[in-house]
Parts: sequence; structure tokens; C-alpha cells
Amino acid sequence: MDFGPYLLLALMEGTVMAAVLALTAVGLSLVFGVMRVVNVAHGEFFMLGAVVAWFVTHYMPGPPALAFAAALVICPLVVGGIAALSDTLILKRLNYDPEATIVATIGLSYIFQQAALTFYGPDARPVEAPFNLRLQLPWFGYSGYKIAVVLAAMLLLLAVWLLMTRTRAGLIMRATQLDRNTARAFGINVDKVYAGVFALGAGLAAVAAVLIVPIQQAHYLMGHDPLLLSFIVVIIGGLGSLRGTLLAAVIIGLSDGVISVFFSPTLAKILATLLVAMVLVFRPQGLFGAKP
Amino acid sequence: MTRAIALHLAVLALLFAAQFILPPYHHTNIARIMVLAVFAMGYNIAFGYTGLLSLGHALFFATGLYATGLGIELWGLPAAPALVLGLLAGGAIAAATGVLALRTGGVSFMIVTLMFAQAGYLTILYFGSYTRGDEGFVIARAARSLGPLDLSSDTPRYFAALILFALGLLANLALVRSRLGRAMVAMRENEERSRMLGYNPFKVKLTALVISGLYAGAAGAAYGVLFGYVGASFAAIQYSIMPLLYVLLGGAGTTLGPFLGALLMFYLIDLSSGVTTAHLFVVGAALLVLVLFAPKGILGWLRDRGAKWLP
Repeated sequence: MDFGPYLLLALMEGTVMAAVLALTAVGLSLVFGVMRVVNVAHGEFFMLGAVVAWFVTHYMPGPPALAFAAALVICPLVVGGIAALSDTLILKRLNYDPEATIVATIGLSYIFQQAALTFYGPDARPVEAPFNLRLQLPWFGYSGYKIAVVLAAMLLLLAVWLLMTRTRAGLIMRATQLDRNTARAFGINVDKVYAGVFALGAGLAAVAAVLIVPIQQAHYLMGHDPLLLSFIVVIIGGLGSLRGTLLAAVIIGLSDGVISVFFSPTLAKILATLLVAMVLVFRPQGLFGAKP
Repeated sequence: MTRAIALHLAVLALLFAAQFILPPYHHTNIARIMVLAVFAMGYNIAFGYTGLLSLGHALFFATGLYATGLGIELWGLPAAPALVLGLLAGGAIAAATGVLALRTGGVSFMIVTLMFAQAGYLTILYFGSYTRGDEGFVIARAARSLGPLDLSSDTPRYFAALILFALGLLANLALVRSRLGRAMVAMRENEERSRMLGYNPFKVKLTALVISGLYAGAAGAAYGVLFGYVGASFAAIQYSIMPLLYVLLGGAGTTLGPFLGALLMFYLIDLSSGVTTAHLFVVGAALLVLVLFAPKGILGWLRDRGAKWLP
């Protein structure tokens, strides 16, 4: 293949990656923004989404497309429920102390991994794509499902944006983000908002996982990379800023795709992690954030 | 104050005596625990005393491990200089990390250290032709002797681990009773106030982190020579969480806490593996229970209830 089409392929792969990454990272960013909690278990919520998707599609009768649609609804609900429960039972009792919550979410991530290992097993298993469409470009064929993933992710991100800016729930979340004590004084049930935001963040990771699981297989250790990449995206985009997160997801996703195709994926990750460390050290507001 | 010294000497004497009565299986376990406890002691100097919650100590441990391992394998160094190389490499990488990471604080510090450790782990994988990546390599038995002592056999290994542990513990005790040790605690308790009193927080914290890195490097170097295996898994995030867990369990900011935590956690996992294979669950549940119900750990709890003299 010539360089041009090869680059196009790399960019298309990067776009799929960026779309899924954006969904996952927006979930992490939302949780950090509203609750000031660094959720180390976010990658495990992603993994649980994929694993639950396997169970749903495996045991649901009927055509695969229907089972997949069911997984798209069920997985975020289940994972969001688990997240809300974790918040109420554990994080709330720690008063959201930053260091204690990090240790607690590390503990949670171990427990989720073990749960997946025990009930799902150590194998990587595929989930069938809801449809098989092959897009024939002049140089290579491309999976139609991957393009559907990008579109679905864009729709979901639009929905999140509308939720945050145009609805009462979004207003309440933003109010809590700005000042939780004043929000409480105005009769907002902050505990409920936190549980909801934690569930929403986890749900977004789960949806992203359901979308990606026909491309990547479900495995109990699959949460590691999404977590790391989401961290990278959220930090480069500026902690808690949704717009910055989106922009950073596109940049990181595309460059990761391109660097991984032309060079080594490991090198791409080394560069990205070092970039994040440097951004936090020298520009803590993120590359796209305004000075506080 | 003498009570504290007597307690530490008693622990060391007990460990010395233990080697004559322990069956071989536990003999090796305790040697391993002592080395890991040195790592945890180093972690405790940063986290427990200075208040620096790092999620990247695996980097310092692995640096010591690889500096020693590669020194022996690639350059044919004898064990003694290779061990010194590991110790110094751990301190040097901690200094480099600290200069950058200590410009941040709190949550950012954790993430920066996590990212540096991750970059280190990936670098080990990237240079797989030298490090053999995930698979790792075995240090030849012939290279694992210190003078007349063959460190791959049980008794000298236990003895070497005990000497390292004793040096680490006594140095730790001396450190926390020194002016520097008090300044470190002041950073943990109130950085702004100590700055007002004329301390330079950056300098104190960097010193603490370098000492912590020296401990971790020494533990990594000793681990390689005593147990003969060097692999990338020692650089992974689990090895950054492990000392945190040990320190939280034993008691952050206590000299004997890291050893107690390492001992209990090691045997908790060892014993539970007879009942269940769910190691990850044991680790996760331990972290949750500690952070929810006993944030000060065992010795911290004792110290709050009368034993104020515990250093």
C-alpha cells in the first residue's frame, strides 16, 4: 500500500480510538470536575461494561443486533448501579478526601478485577458485531461497524453536552461543581448528585466498552489502557474541563493511532505518559485550560 | 526513648533467632519479607513521615533491580559493586523524579509519580532486547555471591536480608529522631507554617524522597541478587501499590509499621491462597477496610491508645 492510503487507514483507526477514548475520558473528567475525585477504578468500570456486554449478548436469545442493542442499554445501567453503590457505601464515608478516595478506588479496582476473573474467567472472548458491513474504499476495505462506533460516540457526547448545559439536572451538577456548600444551602441533595455523577461517569465508560467490544475482545485486565489513556486525555485537556477533554481525546487518539501504525505502540505510550507528567508539572491547568 | 531502641533491638534479635527454628519454606518467606519491608520502609519515609503519597515507587525499586541485574548480566560486575550501583541508581532516579514531581502537590503529585513509573515500565518493555521485557531474566547462580557467601543458598540469603533490614531499620530510627526527621513530619503536618519558620519545603521533601529512593533501590538490588530473577512485572503499578498497602496496614509514620504490614499481608495472602484463589480480592478488601476503618494502621492505632513512645 502507498503512503497516502496507509496514512488514511492510520487516521481512520485513530478516529475510532479517539471516539471511544472521548466517551471514557469524559466520564472520568465529569467525576473529577464535579466531585474532585480521581477515580482509579474508572478503567475497571470500562472492563465491567465489556464483560457484562459479553454476558448479555451470550445469553440473550434472538438476533445478535437485538442482543447488542440490549447490551447498550443494560451495561451502563448495571455498571452505573455498581458505581452508585460504591459511592454511597465507600466514597461518601471517606468525605471525598482526595488521598483516601484514591486508595479506596485502587482497592475497588482490585475487587472488580477479581470479580471478573472469578465469574467470567481469564480468557479474552469476542462479542459479535451487530452488523457486518464492509465499506470498500479504492485502496482497502473498512469495517462499517467502526464508522458506526464513531457516529454513536458523537451522538452520546452530544447528549452529555445537552444534559450538562440544557437541563435542570445539568444545572444542579454544575452548581455542585462550583460550590457544594452553597448548593446544599439551596436545597440540593449533594449526596444524591455525587452518586448520580459517579454512576454517570461509570456508565459512559461502560457504553464506550460496549461499543469497542466487537473490535477488541472482553478480558478482565482490559481496563488498564483505557484508564491510563483517559488520565492522559483528562490531564492534557485540563482537569474538569469537558471541552478540553474532547479536544485532547481527538489529538491523543489520532496521534496514538498514527504513531502506533508507523512506529511502536509502546513508544507512543511512553511519549504520552511523559507528556502528561510534564503538563502536570509545568502547566497544571492543562494545555487547553485557562489559567485559574 | 530507650524503650524504643530496646524494642527495635528485640525485633532484630527475634528475627536473628527465627532462622534457627523456622522450617525452610518460612525461612525463604521471611527473607523475602525483610527485603520487601526495606522497600516499604523507604515508602514510609516519603508517605508516612513526609506526607508524600507517591504512586510510583515501583520505578525506584525496579531501577535498583535492573541496575544491579543488568550490571551483572551485561557488564559482568561482581555482586558487591552491582548492589551499590542499584542503591545509587534508586536514589538518582528518585532525585530526578522529585525535582519535577515536587513542583506539584496532592493529587497531581500522585498522578505525576504514577506517570513516571508507567513510563519507566514501558521503557523496560521497549528495550526488550536488553531487559527481555515481561519474561525477564535469571541472574546466574555464580554471580550471586558476596565474597565467600553464596547468596543463593538459604542461610547466607537470610543473613544478608537480615543485615540489610537491620541497617535500614536502625537508619530509619536514627532519621526520624534527627532534625531532618522532625522537619519531614513538619512538612506533613503543615507545610506553610514550616515555610514560615524558615524551612525550605522543597529541599526537605526532595531529601526525603531521595532517601526513600535509596531504600527502594537497595531493596530492588538485594531482591535481584538474593532471589535471582529480574522482570518487568516488578516495575508495574502493583509494585507501587504494594508498599502503600504494607505501610497502611502496619501504620504510616511508624518505624516498625512497614515490616509488620509486610509480614501480615504476605501471610494473609499466603494463607488465604489455601482457601481461595482470589488474591486480588484480598488486596482490594484490605485496602478498603484500612482506609475506611483504620486509616492509621495497627501501630498507629496502638500509638493512639497509650503507646505514645512508639517511634
